[in-house]
Amino acid sequence: MINAGLTELAALLAQKKISSAELTRTYLDRIAALNPALNAFITVDAELSLAEAEAADARIATGDAGALTGIPIAHKDIFCADGWRTTCGSKMLENFIAPYDAHVVRQFKNAGMVSLGKTNMDEFAMGSSNETSYFGAVKNPWDRAAVPGGSSGGSAAAVAARLAPAATGTDTGGSIRQPAALTGITGLKPTYGVVSRYGMIAFASSLDQAGPMAKSAQDCALLMNVMAGFDERDSTSLERPVEDYTRDLQQPLAGLKIGLPREYFAEGLSDDVARAVEAALHEYRKLGAQTVEIALPNTQLSIPVYYVLAPAEASANLARFDGVRYGYRAPEYRDLNDMYEQTRSHGFGAEVKRRIMVGTYVLSHGYYDAYYLQAQKIRRLIAQDFTEAFTCCDVIMGPTTPGTAFGFGEKAADPIAMYLSDIYTIAVNLAGLPGMSVPCGMDAKGRPVGLQLIGNYFSEARLLGIAHRYQQATDWHARMPSDLVAK
Amino acid sequence: MSLTLNDVKRVARLARIAVGDAEAATWQQQINGIFDLIAQMQAVDTAGVSPMAHAQDLQQRLRNDIVTETDQHEKFQAIAPQVAAGLYLVPQVIE
Repeated sequence: MINAGLTELAALLAQKKISSAELTRTYLDRIAALNPALNAFITVDAELSLAEAEAADARIATGDAGALTGIPIAHKDIFCADGWRTTCGSKMLENFIAPYDAHVVRQFKNAGMVSLGKTNMDEFAMGSSNETSYFGAVKNPWDRAAVPGGSSGGSAAAVAARLAPAATGTDTGGSIRQPAALTGITGLKPTYGVVSRYGMIAFASSLDQAGPMAKSAQDCALLMNVMAGFDERDSTSLERPVEDYTRDLQQPLAGLKIGLPREYFAEGLSDDVARAVEAALHEYRKLGAQTVEIALPNTQLSIPVYYVLAPAEASANLARFDGVRYGYRAPEYRDLNDMYEQTRSHGFGAEVKRRIMVGTYVLSHGYYDAYYLQAQKIRRLIAQDFTEAFTCCDVIMGPTTPGTAFGFGEKAADPIAMYLSDIYTIAVNLAGLPGMSVPCGMDAKGRPVGLQLIGNYFSEARLLGIAHRYQQATDWHARMPSDLVAK
Repeated sequence: MSLTLNDVKRVARLARIAVGDAEAATWQQQINGIFDLIAQMQAVDTAGVSPMAHAQDLQQRLRNDIVTETDQHEKFQAIAPQVAAGLYLVPQVIE
């Protein structure tokens, strides 16, 4: 059962072979047994979850069920959920009970999906290893000595360890795709504007995008059917016709042109990852696709551009945490200004403060043109690289990350080394394109490797189809850590 | 370019983050490391390139000027650090 896809679970529920309450309890039991070792969840509330499950069972009984009614889902703790503690991985929001639902959470509730709890994450989504979480790092289910990636590391580990059949994530510079790669699951970052950001705690608003994390591309497509769509409460939400993201799942790959950016196969790529990605490309050729070499010449610049734009936007977004309206307030202060300074000094962790500092500096008087404006101009050059590339290929493929899951502490002391590990994912956010990570092999130590698929704007359905055909021909996505099966 | 210790303290003040001398020195080193990385940008010729704020060319949506929100101040203030009579309490600013 824990390896069943969403379609199979939906069938079991529809045929009344299992109730939503039973299914929810199965996952709550797994969380109770395994989460102490993995730390994938920050908040679990069995009572709230089971109440939602009973409501779902009532809908199923009256014939009012949708495609996913009764199936549990875990939410990254960046999404506000009415009545649920929502921490964003920070001491600043340690006791914050959200007073309303994020659009994404509400969409899943309306669909009758059951919230299993809130998953661990890097503080305010700033990190690539989950080590910046105030609630402690998540362990990689494949290797407890290794990080699960970040920032959606709790969601990734929860799905990888089968503590949840599916989860939500958010991706600002790779935060869905990189942890998906490092934990051997499938994750999609949609085109910017396709999923509403309402109620999603803001990090870098021009880059943040929510997406599904699950065991397969097919499951991600079903979740996208619920998540995506126009929402007037997000000023950058796009007004587009409703799509069926499962529509291209069966589309054959014959004649598909895959672009391979030479910059993604250059120095810095580990041998294990290179081998697994090559094997995946070989599989795609067997399925009828052709590969062509392409160039994304400004790839290297995506990191400096990102580390200007994201901190700048973050410094503005995080100004709201001032100890007045919600969240942490320092216990001792002299006056109003000292209250702000003490609250923010004690409420934020080191990485968050570093980024607020960088962002405040680049936006300060006299530096705007040299940093923020220059970064926005190079951002356009990076986006143009992709536009150019898509004139000669249908999809871009390469590694999601340069290496597999690394050890705790290995990069934590050196922010730059951590930043560089996002070299293949960041440009996709800057350009606003959809991107996926799909498991495609293992390294010598048995840790997963991710294949990245990048599509043109609004090509999510096609990307999901391209990933699905690969998953029909291979079984990397179906594997799970063997020591977690019986528990 | 690199930030001096005074720059770091000035930025921390702008960002409303209290910082001690030892911590400021650590930040100075780390933030200068980040600016070394960012310096790669300065060599790029961007003459004639228009800045890109968002991926999609969006028009700001307008709506009719009517009240759509309901009054939920009690619910929202229930999670505030200090509230009295519907007001958020902060240290006195006017003598």
